[in-house]
Amino acid sequence: MVNENLVKDVVKEPYKYGFVTDIETEKIEKGLNEDIIKLISQKKEEPKFLLDFRLKAFKKWQKMKEPNWAALGYKKIDYQDIIYYSAPKQKEKISSLDEVDPKLLETFDKLGIPLTEQKKLTNVAVDAVFDSVSIATTFREELAEHGVIFCSISEAVKNHADLIEKYLGTVVPASDNYFAALNSAVFSDGSFVYIPKGVTCPMDLSSYFRINSGDSGQFERTLIIAEESSSVSYLEGCTAPMFDTNTLHAAVVELIALDDASIKYSTVQNWYAGDEEGIGGIFNFVTKRGKCLGKRSKISWSQVETGSAITWKYPSCLLLGEESVGEFYSVALTNNLQQADTGTKMIHIGPKTKSTIVSKGISAGNSKNSYRGLVKMGTKATGSRNYSQCDSMLIGDQASANTFPYIKSQQPNSEIEHEASTCRISEDQLFYLQSRGIEFEEAVSMMVSGFCRDVFNQLPMEFAAEADKLLALKLEGSVG
Amino acid sequence: MQSKMKESDPILEVENLSASTDNLPILKGVSLTVYPGEIHAIMGRNGCGKSTLSKIIAGHPSYNITNGDIKFLGENINSLEPEERSQSGIFLGFQYPIEIPGVSNLEFLRVSTNARRKFLNKEELDTFDFEVLVKEKLEIVKMDHAFLSRSVNQGFSGGEKKRNEILQMALLEPKIAILDETDSGLDIDALRIVASGIKKISNAQTGIILITHYQRLLDEIKPNYVHVMSDGQIIKTGDSDLALELEEKGYEWTDNFIKET
Repeated sequence: MVNENLVKDVVKEPYKYGFVTDIETEKIEKGLNEDIIKLISQKKEEPKFLLDFRLKAFKKWQKMKEPNWAALGYKKIDYQDIIYYSAPKQKEKISSLDEVDPKLLETFDKLGIPLTEQKKLTNVAVDAVFDSVSIATTFREELAEHGVIFCSISEAVKNHADLIEKYLGTVVPASDNYFAALNSAVFSDGSFVYIPKGVTCPMDLSSYFRINSGDSGQFERTLIIAEESSSVSYLEGCTAPMFDTNTLHAAVVELIALDDASIKYSTVQNWYAGDEEGIGGIFNFVTKRGKCLGKRSKISWSQVETGSAITWKYPSCLLLGEESVGEFYSVALTNNLQQADTGTKMIHIGPKTKSTIVSKGISAGNSKNSYRGLVKMGTKATGSRNYSQCDSMLIGDQASANTFPYIKSQQPNSEIEHEASTCRISEDQLFYLQSRGIEFEEAVSMMVSGFCRDVFNQLPMEFAAEADKLLALKLEGSVG
Repeated sequence: MQSKMKESDPILEVENLSASTDNLPILKGVSLTVYPGEIHAIMGRNGCGKSTLSKIIAGHPSYNITNGDIKFLGENINSLEPEERSQSGIFLGFQYPIEIPGVSNLEFLRVSTNARRKFLNKEELDTFDFEVLVKEKLEIVKMDHAFLSRSVNQGFSGGEKKRNEILQMALLEPKIAILDETDSGLDIDALRIVASGIKKISNAQTGIILITHYQRLLDEIKPNYVHVMSDGQIIKTGDSDLALELEEKGYEWTDNFIKET
């Protein structure tokens, strides 16, 4: 059919962030062993407890096997062929943004994340991470006035060692899984957020992760702590240049919410996805988990996953506190030969806990898109409730979508509800919109954003607009 | 029939049109000319090619034109995309309006209306101005404002879907409207609302093609011409009396026409 082919054309949008910044970098040699880990720790001037944390994690990792249960296929990763630390060469100590290499500022400018005083985004504080290190964090003074700490995790290790020692690895233990163990051993940088008791963070916080070099992995670590009755909205964006090799990105994100605290964590992931033949692209193997420790605490994940050759992540919530709430809203778009195996885990431990899962998977081209989720009701989770909705949309006839919902209940006095649907953009729907004067591309993108509306409604305003645009871009193409 | 002198140029000229889908011939030489202010009715058994004719005029990609031409305002439109045909003033009212989950009816109507306005070099309407326009048009089809906040046609009853089609026609102000069995599945009250809506929207400048099985719509909207289709051809054309005769004698009566030709 004519339109079938048009749909295929329309999803071929070239990647717009594929440029490489030509900058002198400090890289350590390839490979992974105890000496490398000691070297990373030494470069970052870390306290002993952290080096011990890393070495312990490394020992565990060596004993673990790379998991293979996901509905994914990829060539075996050679962990000795990766550079574990790569940083742009800069002056030893940077006291202000003026001293940051202009090439770096330019890079973030090009990505739409201006960092300089004159141009910086007005209502969002940004931590910009380039390969293994954090380049700059904006609005730090303003945030400090409210007692909010927002800095790179390396700085937090130096200046807030007590908080790091208390919380690091408490939500995602090093032994949690293969990639979490690897991250714990070699993590280089990432963001740290601390919201003190009773404070509503005065602006959205955001981290922007940029992978620049082709042969180094990115292993960032993010830790967010919301004290009693505090709240914060955090945004995460990611891009990478186009290389014909695969780059490993194995991040760990830990969130902790105490009594009556709320954390909203939103991601727009647009790592390089590889080309049409599936050459190159990022392996995005990420462990994200939040712990609702306090009563009535709330953690909400929303994610728009459009990039990466392979996405493998399950932002999850441990619902310990009585009446705590976990949410997961996800849009995952795959195209060409992209693969995504993503979903969430909602572990209900405390009584009267509530969770909501809304997942929208869109598969185009020859891609594979799976939702995998676990809802577990523990013995003490009386009166707890879960609602899950998993919808898939297929574009073209070569793409595939799977849903793997796992449900475990040890508590009869709890409710679990699961709904799932699969739809295809039909020729009739497209013709209907076109016969009302709406261009083909706009018709496709209208239907896709309509499909994702429940999730977009959960994103912060600016992000929702960006996500909508990003999906439209991904679906826009050469239709003349 | 249409050989008498007309004062203005035709809106639509279908000339000896043959078309197929999956190599199966559906239309076998259809000719039809519509002048401004005219109402044409096309009747015929299910599967005779009525709906196909309407879809081909609107540009449905599943059909291939194997012979003949479609001209709109004197220009050949055989190769135009469906959206270009709509923007330039061709409207197809669907027999089975399509549901589009998640897309708000209001936004759909606005984007559609603006696409037509852009073509006409009229200012595109923002949400506030559009709200004013759509309220006025809702009156024509006696639809509740609540319809606008729902997804396009989703969960609409048969009658609501048809009224939503007429609402779109009212917003797009087409030069020619082809209404494919807009009357089917309507109760008497809904039929009256739809019929009076069509009458209000059409004027001396527009052309209407009604595809129908039933006289009851033609009682409300009296056609200038009635065409009977069979096996991909128009086998007889007459005035409104032809429809009455058809109602009385049934399609079997028309089988004789084929034998005659």
